[in-house]
Amino acid sequence: MIDYEKVLNGRIKSTKPSGIRKYFDMAETMEGVISLGVGEPDFKTPWVVRQEAVNILDKGKTNYTANSGLLELRKEIALYLKNKIDTDYDPKNEIIVTVGGSEAIDLAIRCIVEPGDEVLVCEPSFVCYKPIAELSGAKVVSLETRAEDDFRLTAEALKEKISDRTKLLILPFPNNPTGAIMTRKDLEEIAEVLKDTNIAVISDEIYSELTYGEKHCSLAQIEGMRERTVIVDGFSKAFAMTGWRLGFLAAPKPITEQMLKLHQYAIMSSPTVSQYAAITALRQCSADIVKMRDEYNMRRRYLVDAFNRMGLECFTPKGAFYVFPSIKSTGLTSEEFCEKLILEKRVAVVPGNAFGDCGEGYIRVSYAYSIAHLKEAIKRIGEFLEERNKVS
Amino acid sequence: MEKLIKLLRQNARLSNEELAVMLGVSADEVKEMIAKLEADGIIKGYSAIIDESEYDPNSVFAMIELGVTPQSQSGYEDIARQIASYDEVASVRLMSGTYDILVEVIGANIREVSHFVSQRLATIDAVQSTATHFVLKAYKDNGIIIDGEEKDERSWICP
Repeated sequence: MIDYEKVLNGRIKSTKPSGIRKYFDMAETMEGVISLGVGEPDFKTPWVVRQEAVNILDKGKTNYTANSGLLELRKEIALYLKNKIDTDYDPKNEIIVTVGGSEAIDLAIRCIVEPGDEVLVCEPSFVCYKPIAELSGAKVVSLETRAEDDFRLTAEALKEKISDRTKLLILPFPNNPTGAIMTRKDLEEIAEVLKDTNIAVISDEIYSELTYGEKHCSLAQIEGMRERTVIVDGFSKAFAMTGWRLGFLAAPKPITEQMLKLHQYAIMSSPTVSQYAAITALRQCSADIVKMRDEYNMRRRYLVDAFNRMGLECFTPKGAFYVFPSIKSTGLTSEEFCEKLILEKRVAVVPGNAFGDCGEGYIRVSYAYSIAHLKEAIKRIGEFLEERNKVS
Repeated sequence: MEKLIKLLRQNARLSNEELAVMLGVSADEVKEMIAKLEADGIIKGYSAIIDESEYDPNSVFAMIELGVTPQSQSGYEDIARQIASYDEVASVRLMSGTYDILVEVIGANIREVSHFVSQRLATIDAVQSTATHFVLKAYKDNGIIIDGEEKDERSWICP
């Protein structure tokens, strides 16, 4: 009989499964649960994009594309980046179309990191950076961001954690789960620390279209930073295209050359129908982005106000579609809070510590839901807190 | 203003405080804006959107197309206003196309609506013709889905 213990990769065996699985399982077995737990837009993909996909299927354009993606799409991406972050990327060899932002992150980390390297990861943050870096044999060093700094990465915190072995910094802003953004000034301070080092940066900008009151700024825009920055971006959040699995990387040619090899062997090319549809998204859907952003913004204001009123202190996020209120005043841990909330009031939220240890004491609440839905959830959370206050 | 109207269209029962928070202005400003919209006759009123078939399965909703001869002095105005004054009538609109006035009527049953059409509408001198269409089922009304609200198929929780 086969001995799975011996057959399977030790590193993947020791990787922890995502901490939020438990709540997912709980929610699924219960009646009447309302969720504030998702990380994808509630909007539909704009109609013109869906229609283009139908057209492309009709025409039978279902072959592989070039490894790095349709040139026409890469050209549109280059234009889009020029408009958004005023930075030039050569569509011929500095852009790779990937299977979602997720593949882009995987490619970028694996092409940079080797066993023994140290990778600096801002936390709290999206759950995949650490396991992927560890699978490559790297040591992950957490850069904790704090509420008192508006959950931004500070130059001091970065300086403190840099060692001779530091190879890579992961900079995920606008941030999931905190909703924090980095301003140009913040990034300039980070650039000052990085400029004389040989540290590369993965700038995960998947939420960059969703900032409120301030336009997104990329590290690549700061003088001297483009050469070391790998931009991860995509269509999922900006164009409500999660299920199309389409993202992209933009980086200097010496980096993309290596990444393209891995992409070519592991993926071949990203989904063809999605690529054609994405061209339409970039050409025709900027008004849809504005509409969605306005709608998210109203919900964001509503939730921040509601949580603060209920006594759960909530930092005002300026990006993404999450709020990250503190639940420390309840005396519960994040996991206890989430478990009791779902059992007693049937509201599913995500414990902050699922995004790194320093997320303890917080919960992540998504506002990719209608106002009516959010109101009902806030009503239930209010009741939950009131009942707890009575008991204690 | 535009965003305020959009929010009120979706749900006119949001409080001034809630509207203020969402729009990033003060509750007093919201109060003022709404007062102005009302005073300017832009907001005409607030009503509930009722699923009539749930509320009273026997009730009947009909759309009646009227062919009307315009009057020498007032055109369609007097007739449209007269029709609008009947309690049974939910809406009256002057239309382009093959007929002139579209009337929406709610009645307790088919007989009541038929009676209303034959006795009250068809008898108006200027009304040349009527065509009554009974509504079989409502799916959406005033921007609100009445039937067939889509299920949220997203996963409960995802990172």
